[in-house]
Amino acid sequence: MGWNALGLLVFAVLGFPVYWMVNTAFKPAKDAIDPDPHFFPSTFTLENFKRALEIADFWGPVGRSLVVSLVVVIIGIAVGMLAALAISRFAFRGRKIVIVGILAVQMVPLVAMIIPVFLLLNDLGQYDKLTGLVITYLTFILPFTVWTLRGFIVNIPKELEEAAMVDGCTRTGAFVRVVFPLLAPGMVATSVYGFIQAWNEYLYALMLMSQQNQTATVWLGNFITKNGTEYAPMMAGSTMMAVPIVILFLLVQRKMAAGLTAGAVKG
Amino acid sequence: MSAAETTTAKAPPVRHAPPPGRGAGPTDVKTAGKRTGGGPGAGVPWLLLAPCLTVLVLVLGYPLVRLVTLSFQKFGQPQLWGFQEAESAGLDNFTRILGDGEFWAVVLRTVLFAGGAVILTMVLGMLIALLLQRVSTWVKALVSIVLVASWGMPIIVATAIFKWLFDADYGVLNWLLDKLPGVEMIGHNWFASGPQGLAVIMLLVVWGAVPFVVITLSAGLTQVPKELEEAARLDGAGAWGVFRFVTLPILKPIIVMLTTLSVIWDMGVFPQVYVMRNGHPEPEFQVLTTYSFDKAFVVNDYGTGSAIALVTVFLLLGAVAVYMRQMLKIGEVE
Repeated sequence: MGWNALGLLVFAVLGFPVYWMVNTAFKPAKDAIDPDPHFFPSTFTLENFKRALEIADFWGPVGRSLVVSLVVVIIGIAVGMLAALAISRFAFRGRKIVIVGILAVQMVPLVAMIIPVFLLLNDLGQYDKLTGLVITYLTFILPFTVWTLRGFIVNIPKELEEAAMVDGCTRTGAFVRVVFPLLAPGMVATSVYGFIQAWNEYLYALMLMSQQNQTATVWLGNFITKNGTEYAPMMAGSTMMAVPIVILFLLVQRKMAAGLTAGAVKG
Repeated sequence: MSAAETTTAKAPPVRHAPPPGRGAGPTDVKTAGKRTGGGPGAGVPWLLLAPCLTVLVLVLGYPLVRLVTLSFQKFGQPQLWGFQEAESAGLDNFTRILGDGEFWAVVLRTVLFAGGAVILTMVLGMLIALLLQRVSTWVKALVSIVLVASWGMPIIVATAIFKWLFDADYGVLNWLLDKLPGVEMIGHNWFASGPQGLAVIMLLVVWGAVPFVVITLSAGLTQVPKELEEAARLDGAGAWGVFRFVTLPILKPIIVMLTTLSVIWDMGVFPQVYVMRNGHPEPEFQVLTTYSFDKAFVVNDYGTGSAIALVTVFLLLGAVAVYMRQMLKIGEVE
């Protein structure tokens, strides 16, 4: 009983920020800036959402984010899958170095790369272009994809492939017919999670894109002006940005956790 | 559908059979080695790796090299526009930042900030993961939903929410704290002082990071054999003893991984500080990332900005050296 009470406390504390966002999004703007906070919207209104969409174009940034994230995921999965297969199913000289290398790549903080990437894209004429953003996003999506897919592959017993090969399948055939179908859920989870990561990226999007080409995350910055922040519409905007992502997350997080833990525990 | 069912049906025995750590790895690789070793298939793994390595070298390798060369150059606005060739600055950028008291203040602030955030994240994460093992299913479900919701929350959105919660005049937190007897908090500006403001940002970082830790640790906890815990209990171990001598050692690889990732992420915190301070962090809010960013893009001194970024990378490498050692060890066993 005591544990449950503690659990509910954790629930309330961790959940409060999210609740407060939704609560503010749906209450009249004047309630939002009342010194006595309203814990429930007195009247339920969509006014803040309307205002949020007026402040700055929403669909343009969302469309751009969508395109960039999808392309990044498609390239990431295609290329990452082959690499994951190599390091999880083959023994070869240099395998160790490749594994450590791919892990080490994740340790380079994005911020450290922003200056050379900025200069590079500037030189290539890719500054303020979606392709430039796609290229830079691969730096963090690719190592992530390789590592997670590897986690999913090591969970598929090798014996299944071997059995298929005994039955006359080639190595490729065994992969396509046996491993691939078992890996499909893991691939979906990795794609969705990779998509979310690309979608949520802020720094590169801020630095490499101009105002008229901004992406969804940077869009939220439009609510912060010199005269202060319009919080109620901003919470409405936040809700619009967060809800789809959270729903996607709900769908895949269980699979992701499994893949990540396998990756951590199995060499 | 059926594929998903088979995975769940097939996966557990393999996941549970070998003791966590090495186990399955070496034997797997050995059999694979016999099949491919040296023969005509030896090039296959490299063929599979080629696209990935090529992309990584291009998108990461080149900028990394450029980062290093930049940090030894005088590179400002004229060089950016191409009016002037970049000239070598030798060690100037480094001697300048290393001789600057402000830089060291930023380093110290960053280390304290990241260290605090990592410790808080790991401790809270572990406590919540352990708590989740003890609560009823419905409480567990409720907490899980909240965890996933905050985990999936875009950082930018989370930052906006926290800014609103901590707003001086209309923030609900000041109002709540004000209700405590003897506390006057209405109108309190959390961002008037660096340490307080950074504490708020740390809370934001921890709030966003805890879910991943809890969910991963929970997954790890399910791998701790019940028999081992019971045996320890029969031998007279208390709750702490069981945790210390049974649970902790089994979870160690996961904990090391989570801590390392947290160090990397928390040292790299940028949008939280940048957006919280409306794009212009005051001197007492500067951490290494924003400091490097400011030097490069506000003062237009890309050389110095790169030098700072490079120092950050080395600091990180030092911090995660332990993890790298463990990874190398795992590699050797194979």
